[in-house]
Amino acid sequence: MSTALMAGKRGLIMGVANDKSIAWGIAKACADAGAEIAFSYQGEALKKRVTPLAASIGSDAVYECDVSDAASIDALFAALEERWGKIDFLVHAIGFSDKSELRGRYVDTSPENFRTTMDISVYSFTSVCQRAEKLMTDGGSCLTMTYYGAEKVMPHYNVMGIAKAALEASVRYLAEDLGKQGIRVNAISAGTIKTLAASGIGDFRYIMKWNEYNAPLRRTVTQEEVGNSALYLLSDMGRAVTGEVHHVDAGYHVVGMKAVDAPDIEK
Amino acid sequence: MSDITARVKAIVVEQLGVEEEKVNEQASFIDDLGADSLDTVELVMRFEEEFGIEIPDDAAEKIQTFGDAVSFIEKAQA
Repeated sequence: MSTALMAGKRGLIMGVANDKSIAWGIAKACADAGAEIAFSYQGEALKKRVTPLAASIGSDAVYECDVSDAASIDALFAALEERWGKIDFLVHAIGFSDKSELRGRYVDTSPENFRTTMDISVYSFTSVCQRAEKLMTDGGSCLTMTYYGAEKVMPHYNVMGIAKAALEASVRYLAEDLGKQGIRVNAISAGTIKTLAASGIGDFRYIMKWNEYNAPLRRTVTQEEVGNSALYLLSDMGRAVTGEVHHVDAGYHVVGMKAVDAPDIEK
Repeated sequence: MSDITARVKAIVVEQLGVEEEKVNEQASFIDDLGADSLDTVELVMRFEEEFGIEIPDDAAEKIQTFGDAVSFIEKAQA
């Protein structure tokens, strides 16, 4: 990877939980390409994990942010403005739903969890883009993370699928609104990766195997591969790309039925 | 100490940053070894990776102590 690709660029990455996080794969790819990165976390348990990871790429810019609280988001962006004056990129890798509703039937979703899921997993991206717009004075690139469960029914993904569909739609509206200022807005629809967040999804191992056997590339994807695709969208390599939902899923999204050679999976 | 016990212990010591002597059969991950809620999920993920097994959620919830973890993994590998 060219070290110059992100040289001089500064950005915020929200949603690193541990070294298995997709957001961490993106952070490493950007740092390797010369970017300076700030991180946000929510709560002490995550602070404990993010701080040493940030330090490992030479960053001490680690801020608390609760995306359900407008004042907390304002404080984060005020801190970034004070530190850097402007930013060039933003990565939003945040979602939440009550784990007990990420199994069983979507139709049983409670109104409370529906609202919380939409607020944390969808609105928070719009909310941080509002603040980022003011700091992206030379244009910029905003990226969020989605999943194929937004487009097609996936077992157990349930209300998160509805939320990701709304998130993908917001990518398109945000792309239009912010495009005039040279701010790009995209999403990566990543294949299944065993992260901390994925551990909340029922039968995840089965879903991983299914993807591995049936994706055109006959494998799942890695955190590093998603990181490199993110690098394309966040850097000037993707300068003409906005409003896009980019699949980084070993091709799984083009498949219409089980591969003839795919073995059965024991559940 | 069996091979499984030693490997589980090594993971627990590293994940929770505790002294090896504290990791005994009755030691509760949360109450005695200072695990937070994410640690417990990360521990289960690391056990799955290390031993190539699947620990379903309902079983994971019952793994409260070091001894619970070792006996679950021993059974899963038997």
